[in-house]
Amino acid sequence: MRRIGIDVGGTNTDAVLLEDGRVVHSVKTPTTEDVTDGIVAALDLLRSHPAVGQGPIDAVVIGTTHFVNAVVQRRGLSRIAAIRLGLPTGASLPPFCDWPPDLAGLVEGAVFMLRGGHDYDGREIMPLDEDGLRQAARAIRDSGLRAVAIAAVFSPLDPSHEERACAIVRAECPQAAITLSHELGRIGLLERENAALLNAALSDLADATIAGLRAAIAAGGITAPLYLTQNDGTVMSAEAAAHLPVMSFAAGATNSMRGAAFLSGLAEAMVVDVGGTSTDVGQLRHGFPREANSVVAIGEVRTLFRMPDLLSIALGGGSIVEAAPLRLGPASVGYRLTREALVFGGDTLTASDAAVRAGVVAIGDPAKVAQMPRTLAETVLDRARALIEDAIDRMKTEAGAVPLIAVGGGAFLVPDRLAGVSQVIRVPHGDCANAVGAAIAQISGETDQVYREMSRDDAIAAAEAQAIARAVAAGADPASLATVDVEDMPLAYLPGNALRVRVRVAGELRGPPGPPR
Amino acid sequence: MTTAITLDDIECLAVGAWILGTGGGGSPYLGLLNMRRLYAAGHRVALMSPFDLADDDRVAVVSNMGAPLVGQERLADSRNIARAVAMQEEYSGHRFRAVMSLEIGGGNGIQPLMAAAHLGLPVVDADTMGRAYPEAQMTSVAVGDLVPYPCALYDPRGIEAIVGKVPSWKWMERASRKICVEMGSIASTCKAPRSGAEVKEWGIPFTVSKAIGIGRRVREANRQHADPIAAILDEAHGKRLFGGKVVDVARRTTEGFLRGRAVIEGLDEDRGSRLEIAFQNEWVVAWRANGADLAPVAMSPDLICVLDTVSGHAFGTETIRYGMRATVVALPAPPVFLTPKGLEHVGPRAFGYDLDFKSVFAPHPGPLPASGEREGPAKREGEGHRP
Repeated sequence: MRRIGIDVGGTNTDAVLLEDGRVVHSVKTPTTEDVTDGIVAALDLLRSHPAVGQGPIDAVVIGTTHFVNAVVQRRGLSRIAAIRLGLPTGASLPPFCDWPPDLAGLVEGAVFMLRGGHDYDGREIMPLDEDGLRQAARAIRDSGLRAVAIAAVFSPLDPSHEERACAIVRAECPQAAITLSHELGRIGLLERENAALLNAALSDLADATIAGLRAAIAAGGITAPLYLTQNDGTVMSAEAAAHLPVMSFAAGATNSMRGAAFLSGLAEAMVVDVGGTSTDVGQLRHGFPREANSVVAIGEVRTLFRMPDLLSIALGGGSIVEAAPLRLGPASVGYRLTREALVFGGDTLTASDAAVRAGVVAIGDPAKVAQMPRTLAETVLDRARALIEDAIDRMKTEAGAVPLIAVGGGAFLVPDRLAGVSQVIRVPHGDCANAVGAAIAQISGETDQVYREMSRDDAIAAAEAQAIARAVAAGADPASLATVDVEDMPLAYLPGNALRVRVRVAGELRGPPGPPR
Repeated sequence: MTTAITLDDIECLAVGAWILGTGGGGSPYLGLLNMRRLYAAGHRVALMSPFDLADDDRVAVVSNMGAPLVGQERLADSRNIARAVAMQEEYSGHRFRAVMSLEIGGGNGIQPLMAAAHLGLPVVDADTMGRAYPEAQMTSVAVGDLVPYPCALYDPRGIEAIVGKVPSWKWMERASRKICVEMGSIASTCKAPRSGAEVKEWGIPFTVSKAIGIGRRVREANRQHADPIAAILDEAHGKRLFGGKVVDVARRTTEGFLRGRAVIEGLDEDRGSRLEIAFQNEWVVAWRANGADLAPVAMSPDLICVLDTVSGHAFGTETIRYGMRATVVALPAPPVFLTPKGLEHVGPRAFGYDLDFKSVFAPHPGPLPASGEREGPAKREGEGHRP
């Protein structure tokens, strides 16, 4: 099995070749305005290395922050139609009601609120308003809107009204890109609907971007299938990614953590990913980042879906140091590190310069920092250590000492001994852990439902069966599937011993067509 | 005489009501969204002192009842709570003079504003809990043995129910809960109407302005990068109990309540000791541990508020988790709950803890100042009822 993993970050595009579970080679190139140029450059660089050779590639897996950046920067977004199924409930809070006005102004095309949706116990709130849906569909068709988001009350428990609505809209608007909120997950109507609205708004950009990525790997002479990584560290096919671009919003950070797990062989550990400007701290559980189970604001829109639980602090290799009084960050020279840091001939004192002076890393020209007092360098590293220790302590979920994997280009800022940490592990190719994480990504299935009048074990078993079915439908090899996350929460005030269960399973992609390797 | 409530007041109310929720009561976010939209559409709400009510004025006591999870899907529509109030008027044939919250803590702190915006009535600056509480009899009006009926329940599908008569508050809880479950475990409710005289005698005064005041101080402190905890203590005459990091949270659901215990390990001045806080939807009793020695330091009806050390915003019992930096403060209980009868309803034994109530605060020397410096426990109607 030969796979290429690519991570398109804000600063660098990293690429690795993985062969039978071993990293053959990794490269870093600058990210370009049109991301596909950077990918082509990275692929060329990777394949020019003699060890990579010209053998066939089985899969290309790309992680990108392109879609989340589009939302944050308000570019490339489409105007959409929103359909809410839930009347007569929730009428005073229509779709877009808690969006920032500038973003709503770009995206809101038409809003339809109709009867439908379910209660927590599976009963219909009201029968689905099919006539109203047909009228809405014709209005959408006549208005020329090409993307539609549909959200029904309690659709994660019963998606049938969203599915029926989709069929009705599809009949009138065969070309429309339709997002159903239950595909994105969680209980919490406004947040789930917001995720669906954002997803629909990204549909044109997603089509164009996926086409560009395909062209980029084809230009590299690669015919292997293309996958994109998603927030939970697993992959989706390029077709699925074009349909659900929001699922890749946090893929970059997740890939770093997954890569750290793979390169270290540890499934239970803390991960510290030190970049140029910021440091992400997270926790691996069963080899996957622990997930946040709370509202996450994307471009000031509240959403709730699968995201890694990360703490980002303003510390990186490019963090700017002021000597008196001592300040470390939050400002950073960022991608200009290799021009502006002292050791690279610049005139800005950075955390990297302090690390070189203290002798913990050899980059640039150490002579350029020989004048720096050694005590200052050590004080800077002490400050970095304190910031990292505090972040680790905030993210740990148990009291004992745990192993920690240090990755990223600035991992030298992580000292070998840290409070609450049993061992600091550094790995080869750790500076490209994100691309490694993309290359090794598995495929997953998830469910989040309320069960009533069932024992806890039976409810979890039912949830697992559904998650497995979803993973297989997404392309997983059934034999390889394992449960990676189970969370159950008793629900206060609901009758029938109601239990909310969330289960996630993950496994290997079913092999590509062709001879087995 | 009434005072206009500005939208900024309501933003502050959402923050303060969540703090007075003492860990429960449900998030005020959806109510806040409703109010932003109502204000954008030109609606305005006014606040009136309970002491400006005539003795024979009638006051509507409102709350949203049901499971928080259902509220996250069916949302909150301001017209529903307004309809529940109208149902009571139709049932009794009498008009209401004003609307009041059953429970200032959590999402129900905003419900009366939603009703008032549609009905053109003022909101009474009072409630019946001064906080959030999990059970129906945990209100000042239940302590006062006021008539528990009738209660109006509304579902926007056009399901309207009146519980016309019951022998006790407990029976009101049981009967209305059954109806609420059939409505989908969520209902907009208007409780037994209160006379102006009853509100003046048994209502907990000035809790709306107290919540607004707390929220305003928190928001100001955040803007100025000042200490929001100190601002809350100053505003609400509270006392800091403990500061540290959450190291353990155990939850279980029994009898329809979320029960459990959170453990906070001390940092800075509290390093070396820990605080354990038991909850039943809301924080109920806190014990401080030094070594093996475990001593209760705060208990209901004093308000125990667990706050984000940095932002000053409240942590809920449903969302608190390992690693959070928390500062625990106590706020004074309303005097109505400090009487023997009040303690029967909301003292530690009402929650199953065999402790004699001992306040964090010195006994009040005399009548309360009109600033309403303490809040009492309030029962959480919307969130607090068991199925």
